[in-house]
Amino acid sequence: MADATLVRDFDPLATGSAARRVRSKALVYALLTLFAAFYLLPIGIVLLNSFRELPDIARTGFFAVPETLTLQPWREALTSFCLAGACEGIRPFYLNSILMAVPATIISTAFGLLNGYILSMWRFRGSEWVFGFVTLGVFLPAQMTLLPWAYVLGNAGLTNTIWGLILIHTVQGLAFTTLFCRNYFVNIPDDLIKAARIDGAGFWRIFRKIVLPLSPPIVIVTVIWQFTGIWNDFLYGVVFSSGDRQPITSALIALTAGATSVRHHNVEAAATILAAIPPLLIYLFGGKYFVRGLTQGAVK
Amino acid sequence: MTLAFDDRSERRLLWRNRLATWTPRLVLLPTLIASVVYVLVFTLWTFWISLSNSTLLPDLSYGGIKHYVALWNHARWHVAYTNLFLFGALYVTGSLVLGTVLAILIDQRIRAEALWRTIYLYPLAISFVVTGTAWRWILEPTTGIQQMLRNLGWESATFDWIIDRDMAIYCVVLAGMWQASGFAMALILAGLRSVDQDLVKAAQIDGASMARIYRKVLLPAIRPIFLAVLVILLQFAIKTFDLVAALTGGGPGLATNVPAIYVYDLMFQRGQIGQGAAAAIMILLALAVVLVPYALYTIWRQRREAAHG
Amino acid sequence: MSTLSIHDLRKSYGALEVLRDINLEARQGEFIALVGPSGCGKSTLLGMIAGLETVSSGQIRIDGRLVNDVAPRDRDIAMVFQSYALYPTMTVRENMAFGMESRGVPRAEQESAIRRVAALLQIEPLLNRKPSQLSGGQRQRVAMGRALVRDPKLFLFDEPLSNLDAKLRVEMRTEIKKLHHRVAKTTIYVTHDQVEAMTLASRIAVMHRGVLQQFDEPQAIYERPANLFVAGFMGSPSMNVLPAVVASLDGGPAVEVLDGLAVLPLPPGTPLPKAPGQPVILGLRPEHFVVPHRAQPEQTVLGRLRADVEVVEPTGSETMVVLRLGSKEITARYEPVDAPRVGETVEILVDMAKACLFDPATERLL
Repeated sequence: MADATLVRDFDPLATGSAARRVRSKALVYALLTLFAAFYLLPIGIVLLNSFRELPDIARTGFFAVPETLTLQPWREALTSFCLAGACEGIRPFYLNSILMAVPATIISTAFGLLNGYILSMWRFRGSEWVFGFVTLGVFLPAQMTLLPWAYVLGNAGLTNTIWGLILIHTVQGLAFTTLFCRNYFVNIPDDLIKAARIDGAGFWRIFRKIVLPLSPPIVIVTVIWQFTGIWNDFLYGVVFSSGDRQPITSALIALTAGATSVRHHNVEAAATILAAIPPLLIYLFGGKYFVRGLTQGAVK
Repeated sequence: MTLAFDDRSERRLLWRNRLATWTPRLVLLPTLIASVVYVLVFTLWTFWISLSNSTLLPDLSYGGIKHYVALWNHARWHVAYTNLFLFGALYVTGSLVLGTVLAILIDQRIRAEALWRTIYLYPLAISFVVTGTAWRWILEPTTGIQQMLRNLGWESATFDWIIDRDMAIYCVVLAGMWQASGFAMALILAGLRSVDQDLVKAAQIDGASMARIYRKVLLPAIRPIFLAVLVILLQFAIKTFDLVAALTGGGPGLATNVPAIYVYDLMFQRGQIGQGAAAAIMILLALAVVLVPYALYTIWRQRREAAHG
Repeated sequence: MSTLSIHDLRKSYGALEVLRDINLEARQGEFIALVGPSGCGKSTLLGMIAGLETVSSGQIRIDGRLVNDVAPRDRDIAMVFQSYALYPTMTVRENMAFGMESRGVPRAEQESAIRRVAALLQIEPLLNRKPSQLSGGQRQRVAMGRALVRDPKLFLFDEPLSNLDAKLRVEMRTEIKKLHHRVAKTTIYVTHDQVEAMTLASRIAVMHRGVLQQFDEPQAIYERPANLFVAGFMGSPSMNVLPAVVASLDGGPAVEVLDGLAVLPLPPGTPLPKAPGQPVILGLRPEHFVVPHRAQPEQTVLGRLRADVEVVEPTGSETMVVLRLGSKEITARYEPVDAPRVGETVEILVDMAKACLFDPATERLL
């Protein structure tokens, strides 16, 4: 599938009279701007209100020009805000999320690379079936796995631990990482592997010296996809962890979707923005790879 | 001739050869086991629970289809799947239309294309814990758009869909489209760019207007992409959990319940794990109804293409 | 002793048989070309020699040692691929060193081997570049260099020139020939280009549909093709084939072509393979046609034909003329100065001493 970063080699609107061209371009940009406003509105609102004073919000709602700007909500969100029974801000949960997402991403990506390498370059009788079967995991809805996971985690003594969540995300991620890597590696010419075999290289040497050096693009795609997916998930977090063992997303969902009593909207805003920062940064810096992951993971 | 390769070294080579043949399979084994457990064992497990006597605690004795009967007799389940049909239909068509419009706009050789694409696609990168909060604030009458309009002097302005039982589901559709249309845009744009550009040049020389070229040449050429996006979005719709959990929590009342939320509720809030499993199986069936025909169609098309060389 | 010998080799994928009854041997230092149209099994055969494809039955021996189940790395071979298969993330030097590193050759020895081969191929200035920084011809050289550094028993080439443009291909062909003279390694060379096979090989194996059609020296294959397939495949333009009937002329053997349009004599003493009246197929190469005034005294067995000129294709050094003979078209080679004009009717002689006769039923050379 073509990369979305290609550019048309002609200008669709560059025909007709000059006036017509200007009019149509203006229309295009006007529409683009309008849509951009719609897409940016939610994150903009949260960002804006994370700098406002609480009484100010209470008086005028979320859509208002702030009377004063303050960093206090951010400070509170980071250090003293009470969340899930602890009053240390979001930091402990943030740490949980990192401790969960980083190992799960690394392990599932490492296995995905190996599996993809085998399923594309060391095919054996039945390997296509293995691939098809592993890929089924992509489609399995989480609800189907909740009860078995509860049993597995319970018996392994992993309930309400970071390790339990790592296990879940690793196993669930294998389907994606294997799919991504295999579809990337099938495009490496067979001749390269044949040449290496004649040159005397074996399974591991070919992987280390030839396949891995060619892998950075797919490693980036896979890491981005896995990390954002794991970081953003909150179903498993809500079900299989509680209290101070929760990842940031499930800690926040309890807060933001919770009671409507006394709400610290501005602190919530700062906390949610903070929770969004890691995937957002990855998206902004690896956007090209993010899109590639989408198109590969989705269409194939 | 000298026998440079005596029996012993030949045998050693043979062993090394055999080991080399088995290494890939051994390395693949952990994943295969994990997949068999995850895909097959977990599915059968949940299926068994749905047929067992389990309620609050797992009880593995066979209980027949009573959980399915109970599920289908439950008004809340009717609400959940009716919502799914309504939400699914609007969310999928809405995202496809919006995604197509955005893709065509971006395809006009605009400046700073990457920036526009980034803006339209970012909702997909962020958890709904974040964006659900934002949408709730925007839609909440006392804090959001309604309040803004009243602040501006339109005292009677009303926009309270999110607390209106009949309208709340449309709020979910709106937020869902907001999240997924960028995804549709990215795939459709990639499709538009993969169409042979000579086709467009030929159409231009034939005197077709730009609108006509898109309608008659470009969009039909990427029909397979539309189908793929459609299937993926349907899949998202059936699995929808985060969106509703973060935006409305299924409320007001039961108004925005969907099957995935209901499963969670049954299993972990109401202690009805048998019925929850039955509902989960229904979700799996719904996915199969969408995915199996698509998979068969894809295989059929590949075969046909292969047959035509 | 033969470096490579293949005995009754067969390859099948399930019920699909892609190679059968292959018997081949290459003597020390020989250059064997495997030639045939795409899908004839030549690349599969090369893959089996390399150890990249399994053997269904039969035997492959390298230097007398049975290698059917020996891994590629232990066969002491080197291979040049059509796509060159240069490792894209390594420099030219690293590409050449990779095979020796895998085998644990000491570093100093690696370095001297690389230097020797780089000098031989004149690629010293390229040693520190990546493959992506090389032109097509340079990549081709590096691919050969990578094969040469290892000093293997057997060289395998898989269509190494087909990714080059026409001019470069001819140059590299000459290079390969020179190189083979210098290193004198046994070489198996797969190609679909019969000109490449003719110019390079000491012997050619022509393959078709998984069967070895003929294995012989180039000139023998050209002059006495074993069957109609080889006749049509080797040589450009192809050999003309005309249905004919065994006859006699002035008491000598002859064939009658095109329902009696002409009777062409055969060299006296040709043991006529068939009784008069039996059908045969007459094969004539374009250069077997002679303009009457150019006939040489030693060309004693000449047939005579009248034909209409349909197309004239000058190439500079020679001119190919398509002639219509009744319902058939044949291509004849003319000197440019003798070339007729389209629409003319010409008289042309056929040097029947070189003609080939085939059995219409078996398509074999008689």
